[in-house]
Amino acid sequence: MTDLAHKSLQARGERLASPAAQAATLDAAGFGCGRWPNFDARLRQEGLKPLRPKSIEVFQVNVGYVCNQVCAHCHVDAGPDRREQMSLELMALVLNCIGPSGAKTLDITGGAPEMHPAFKEFVSEARERYPQLEIIVRSNLTILEAHERYADLPVFFAEQGVRVVSSLPFFRADRTDRQRGDGVFEASIRALKRLTEVGFGKSPGLILDLVYNPAGAFLPNHMESLEASYREALGKEGIAFNQLIAITNMPISRYLEYLEASGNLEDYLDELVESFNPEAAKGVMCTNTLSVGWDGQLFDCDFNQMLKLPVGHAVRNLADVADWEQLTSRDVVVANHCYGCTAGAGSSCQGSTV
Amino acid sequence: MKTYYDPKDLKRFGKIADWDGPLAEKFFAWYGDVFADGALTEREKALIALGVAHAIQCPYCIDAYTQDLVGRGESKEAMMEAVHVAGAIRGGASLVHGVQMMGKVDQMSM
Repeated sequence: MTDLAHKSLQARGERLASPAAQAATLDAAGFGCGRWPNFDARLRQEGLKPLRPKSIEVFQVNVGYVCNQVCAHCHVDAGPDRREQMSLELMALVLNCIGPSGAKTLDITGGAPEMHPAFKEFVSEARERYPQLEIIVRSNLTILEAHERYADLPVFFAEQGVRVVSSLPFFRADRTDRQRGDGVFEASIRALKRLTEVGFGKSPGLILDLVYNPAGAFLPNHMESLEASYREALGKEGIAFNQLIAITNMPISRYLEYLEASGNLEDYLDELVESFNPEAAKGVMCTNTLSVGWDGQLFDCDFNQMLKLPVGHAVRNLADVADWEQLTSRDVVVANHCYGCTAGAGSSCQGSTV
Repeated sequence: MKTYYDPKDLKRFGKIADWDGPLAEKFFAWYGDVFADGALTEREKALIALGVAHAIQCPYCIDAYTQDLVGRGESKEAMMEAVHVAGAIRGGASLVHGVQMMGKVDQMSM
């Protein structure tokens, strides 16, 4: 077991804050010497190269890296010390682009997206301009309990018809707090009760999905029985939810730091590579998602955004997109962390991919 | 080989088929059926397996069923209780032979 850090890698000046150092760490663990095939080669071997987007269905917008938590598995390296934040001009541009892009879903993430000063205006305007748009907010739950200015968010989410996707890595306090910090489980339960009170998880159209990510060096598994355990444990608290989504922890950023510090890095990577599933690879989220960074840069996914791997296309900034059709003709940029999305049943921001 | 046990051998379990495919195939098929949901759930069976793994002191099985149960979200308390059940049966099995010893002593003593 490792101690939870209270600052981001960046604020601690850690080597792994750098994407290049993260890639070098994966290389040193076994990709560099050929112990495992590079992801690119593995895709080619399966005839899945090049990986191309089918369409842009999901506009995943990262509005900033500030967060009230410093979770041990965070791929964003988010935390209270981060300052990156999307400008109001860029938020306006995002809203202008949703229509022409053909996206059906606006997926708002962070950090804690609710901490952006213009968060509510952004959501309200998106709803007003695109009544049929699915709006997802990725909430860490505790932000709803963090300050009185966030207290009305459950009602706001309900009014705006937002689909709330909330991290709750386990249905008991011990494992949740080890990953996300002391007291996080109790605060999450209080927030979930407030979401349930306004109808989330039980009223039509008020969708609340929970996200399970393993609190340790293992892959998500046995989802049916886990969901039953979540329902039983949370049901006792009067909490309802729609579905439990599993997200595999990516071997990058703070989770990579944990893997290294706990001596689990090689075994975890071995597990990811061994569990490569071609069927899961066919449905990875980069085939229908465009990730927009806080500064307008475009990426194939939020993980690539954190690794500073922009889209493999001449146009790499939202402000420069003139032809949305052409943007979907790009090859997805892959690297060895992508094994995280193709292991077992696959993993994406929407859950498994098979 | 520097040690009697290598954790990597667990992942290579399937290799036993290299020297006798048909028997290995029967074993793995039977093994899969044994652990499928039935009158007992997969989870209950995994807890029994964890206890048995400790009773027979099989490091591969301890590794495998610990990982399996953690992945299922099983609590530390339940897992430790399973280990105690194994310990109690092993301890009890030794102790109950004490009755045999006592009987023998009584039988051969005046």
